[in-house]
Amino acid sequence: MKPAVVVTGISGNLGRTLAKQLHQTENILGVDRRPFVGRPKDIEMFQIDLRKKKLEDVFRRYAVKAVIHMGILHDPRMSSEDHHSFNVVGTTRVLDCVAKYNVKKLVVLSSADVYGPSPDNSNFLTEDSPLMAAARFPSVRDLIEVDMLAHSFFWRHPQVETVVLRPVHIVGPTIKNAPSNYLRNKRPWRLSGFDPMVQILHVEDCARAMVAALKPGLKGVYNVVGPGEVPLSAIFQELGSQPRSIPHPLARPLLSTLFRYRLASFPPEELDHIQFLCAVDGSRWVKETEWKPSHSMRETIRAVLGE
Amino acid sequence: MFDRAASALKKGLKAWTESMVGDELEQKLKGLERSQNEYGVDPFGFSLEYALSAIAPMIWVYRHYHRVEVHGIEKVPKGRVLLVSNHSGQLPMDGAMIGVAMLVEADPPRAIRSMVEKWVPTLPYVSTFMARVGQIVGTPENCRRLLESGEAILVFPEGMSGISKLWPQRYQLQGFGLGFMRLALETNTPIVPIAVVGAEEQSPALVNVKPVAKLLGFPVAPLTVTGVPFPLPTKYRIYFGDPLFFTGREDDEDAELEKKVKVVKASIQQMLDSGLKERKHVFW
Repeated sequence: MKPAVVVTGISGNLGRTLAKQLHQTENILGVDRRPFVGRPKDIEMFQIDLRKKKLEDVFRRYAVKAVIHMGILHDPRMSSEDHHSFNVVGTTRVLDCVAKYNVKKLVVLSSADVYGPSPDNSNFLTEDSPLMAAARFPSVRDLIEVDMLAHSFFWRHPQVETVVLRPVHIVGPTIKNAPSNYLRNKRPWRLSGFDPMVQILHVEDCARAMVAALKPGLKGVYNVVGPGEVPLSAIFQELGSQPRSIPHPLARPLLSTLFRYRLASFPPEELDHIQFLCAVDGSRWVKETEWKPSHSMRETIRAVLGE
Repeated sequence: MFDRAASALKKGLKAWTESMVGDELEQKLKGLERSQNEYGVDPFGFSLEYALSAIAPMIWVYRHYHRVEVHGIEKVPKGRVLLVSNHSGQLPMDGAMIGVAMLVEADPPRAIRSMVEKWVPTLPYVSTFMARVGQIVGTPENCRRLLESGEAILVFPEGMSGISKLWPQRYQLQGFGLGFMRLALETNTPIVPIAVVGAEEQSPALVNVKPVAKLLGFPVAPLTVTGVPFPLPTKYRIYFGDPLFFTGREDDEDAELEKKVKVVKASIQQMLDSGLKERKHVFW
């Protein structure tokens, strides 16, 4: 058997999309604590927690040429201790295996959200911008830590080609992350008088970016931008949703109460994303790979509804 | 219903702009489209459609309220350029008037960008308005990006202390920031000094009421002769100077940059002084 690609977090929607694109050309070893529904026959699946010792068996038993690590979760309902442990300890274990078993390539899926929306942001943040998300939203600090772990791994292990991808908001018909859930809402909240430019990326384009990151020789940190940027209001128009305008001084306390009583699925800090800019410059990625988004802006927006 | 009213207003304003500028200029203005996507905005959020509507009242103010007189606008070179002006008047009418001048007097017309304070994105409606008419937050990265793509950028190096200056300080240039000079050196951009005469008297401020500013979260809260700031119909005279070219290292010591900044400042002050000498009256 030729050397395989380990994909962590393969059972999620993005993971399954990636698996579909990759399994015809590569041997895939999937790792996830959830079962892989509708798994193609040629993908070997290991249903284990990344934090467990058993993870090493995968590397011990098979020749692994690359690891795509996206076993990172973001669930505002989970206790911050579990969240932190799963993301940070899980990532550390994966990185340890990569170093110990001489894997040549590591791709880590981070997010453009690590920069954080803020009124003083430049319109297009480059990869060198500081990761400020936790300044206004402390419970995302584990996601920043994952990014930093990958970053320091890049320097400590120059023999491994480490690629850290920071894609913008991923949307898709089956994706259940905060931006997709928010945009699927028929009557989403918007903050009166605010209409920031937002960037979204089709789940298939994001998966293709991870495949492109396997290109030999490629390493570094890259923002991944989809078909561009549009005002939030243009997305509502395209989707035909009827947003409710809420004055921003009211929105925060209101959402915070609703969230506490489980009447809303977003913590109030997420409001920053519909108030301020957090747009990134993806030109470095486009220059160094042949990757281009295959879905237009209109298709990407409509993908939220599964059209 | 609100949306329908807003779109009717937009259409009405756009028709107003078209009737004021005439056919020839209208065609030229339509040629100002930047790299816009299918949703009518460029990557920075500028919308020509929106801007042509929003500008109608400003053109009226330009022609009939402040009755702007422009001198030397032909000196503005093509391609990347930093327009550096004095700043005053409590409300940024000076910026708006320079912007209108570059649209209706310059040939070909140019839609310039200006850099806004970092608290603007925190203001509802204002933040959206500013983005759609092409104004962006004044971070060095934003500025560099725009200059590299050949845009004209208006900067007020006096910043907040310029626009909020009190009556006794009129026509006295406040301390200039050095950021614009670093950017000009780094991106090899010519600087066109601009003097705006008339704005400094439009809204005489007597005192800055600091507790009110603090309460509202504003940088300043001036008490003017009209109570809250409101521009009086002073006559504007805008003088464009010869482009200045600077060479040197952008990461040089502040003292070295200050020497260069002084040249720009002196040129603006000199145009201000001669402009003041020429005019007979504040209002006409």
